[in-house]
Amino acid sequence: MVGQILFIFIAVVTLLMALGVVVARNLFHAALFLVGVFFGVATLFILLEAEFLAMAQIVIYIGAIATLIVFAIMLSRGMMGKHLGKYNKQWYFAGGAMIFFFGLVSWLLVKMPFAPVSAEAPADAIQQIGSGFVGHYVVPFEVASVLLLVALVGAIMLARERNS
Amino acid sequence: MDLRAFGEAFIAMLENIGIPEGWVLLINWILGALILLVVALLLAIFLIWFERKVAGRVQDRLGPNRVGPWGLIQPFADALKLLTKEAITPDNADRITYNLAPVIAVFHIIMLFAVIPFADKVVGANINVGVLYLMAFGALGAMAMLMAGWSSRNKYALLGGFRVVAQLLSYEIPVGLAMLVVVLLSGTMNLNGIAQGQGGLFGLGWYVLALPAVFVMYFVAALAEGERAPFDLLEAESEIVAGYNIEYSAMKFAWFYLAFFLNTWVLSAVAVTLFFGGWQGPGAAQFPILGVIYFFIKVFIMFFVFAWVRATFPRLRIDQMMSFCWKVLVPMGLALFLSVAVVLKLGLPDVATWALLFVANIVILVVTLKLLGNYTSDLSRTQNKRLFAPELPRL
Repeated sequence: MVGQILFIFIAVVTLLMALGVVVARNLFHAALFLVGVFFGVATLFILLEAEFLAMAQIVIYIGAIATLIVFAIMLSRGMMGKHLGKYNKQWYFAGGAMIFFFGLVSWLLVKMPFAPVSAEAPADAIQQIGSGFVGHYVVPFEVASVLLLVALVGAIMLARERNS
Repeated sequence: MDLRAFGEAFIAMLENIGIPEGWVLLINWILGALILLVVALLLAIFLIWFERKVAGRVQDRLGPNRVGPWGLIQPFADALKLLTKEAITPDNADRITYNLAPVIAVFHIIMLFAVIPFADKVVGANINVGVLYLMAFGALGAMAMLMAGWSSRNKYALLGGFRVVAQLLSYEIPVGLAMLVVVLLSGTMNLNGIAQGQGGLFGLGWYVLALPAVFVMYFVAALAEGERAPFDLLEAESEIVAGYNIEYSAMKFAWFYLAFFLNTWVLSAVAVTLFFGGWQGPGAAQFPILGVIYFFIKVFIMFFVFAWVRATFPRLRIDQMMSFCWKVLVPMGLALFLSVAVVLKLGLPDVATWALLFVANIVILVVTLKLLGNYTSDLSRTQNKRLFAPELPRL
């Protein structure tokens, strides 16, 4: 009962935040709404008793990614405090892609048979995730790490000063 | 009366009134949160007095001594003064963000109180990912300060905001590495579990005995995370006036001030929990009330050291601070992490493991200090080289 009320409340707030990301005219406000969305998703993870995922969500998405997005907005010229138009020239492409993607996801959600699992979260979830990362899923995990490293080196190569 | 009996009696009373079980739980959670909130705010008022007194003594002054005995009532007088001041909002400020920033700055730290074990099982939320929780909500501080810096529409505030990201994000890495090493040794991310794991030697088997270099690294990085001297570049008066909170006045400024002191206290409490046994001490396992006393004594000793450092050292330059993090603390942390992982993999008996860890820590610390000493003693590096040399026009 309490859980359901909490879920509905958090879901509504998260969706409103997501709407805010799209309709906010000010890029900085959109980024702050995005933080709200990430936070809402983290709370939903807690309701599902997936504490590790919730904390990882906050560490990675709010602590790192959102902070960097806000930082990038603050550094880019012309973005500071300026109100942007609601539409640009690509709005019909974006609208079409959005309708296609929404249809795809809803079709998948309707068609996909979700197997019911027990309501209890396993007590050793963290251990399972950890041994999964270095055991069964070690190759994708390492590939993702190498990808991040490549992105890091690439960013440094792009941004470094070129000495004549 | 025992606290737990009191809690059970309270739950029984709520159930007898006819409130359904789920709501009783919710009411209990809200009450627990309120108690932590009040404790945190009262603590902050005492901490302000404590730090000012320590700074006064270190600098050969008396510190606050006019209001109340030993100036104890001084923070209340200051708070009243701040409450009666005019709250000025800049004309162009982004109002919602501007007002939200101090709230987030305080509350992300008060949320950290939830996972700190004050005694065995006396902890707001005994979650299995406590260490990760500390990292997660600690990181929200940078967001609050960015919001304050951006929404004030002030160049200096914005520069302060930039410094926040540079400093806090960089120093989160050594802090995280230090926490990771402790998690490796204790085998749990639960903060109460980490404190319980330090119960050897009659409650004195603290991790600092095995990991002194890790503690040093955590302490230095925590100075930067808490924006304290010598790393208080976020509010360097001589460079950017007051940093991100320059446009805040009256009670909104007081909230940032409050967040600053609470942050230091939480960093001390985490240091005590990770390295100094938390509530552990002789007899703490038998009498939990002793645990609370030990914990607060240790945290205040730790806070005293933070205040002592702040009152003693001059401020670093920003490039020195950044290169110290990336070129000294991060490699040192990685070396420590590797050494601890290798030693633990050997599977030796406990005493041998701890002795080996201690030796490895000391070796890494000595090597780091030696390299740092060589670097700074080379005067051609430190005195002549200018890192941001302006390009002079050719005549």
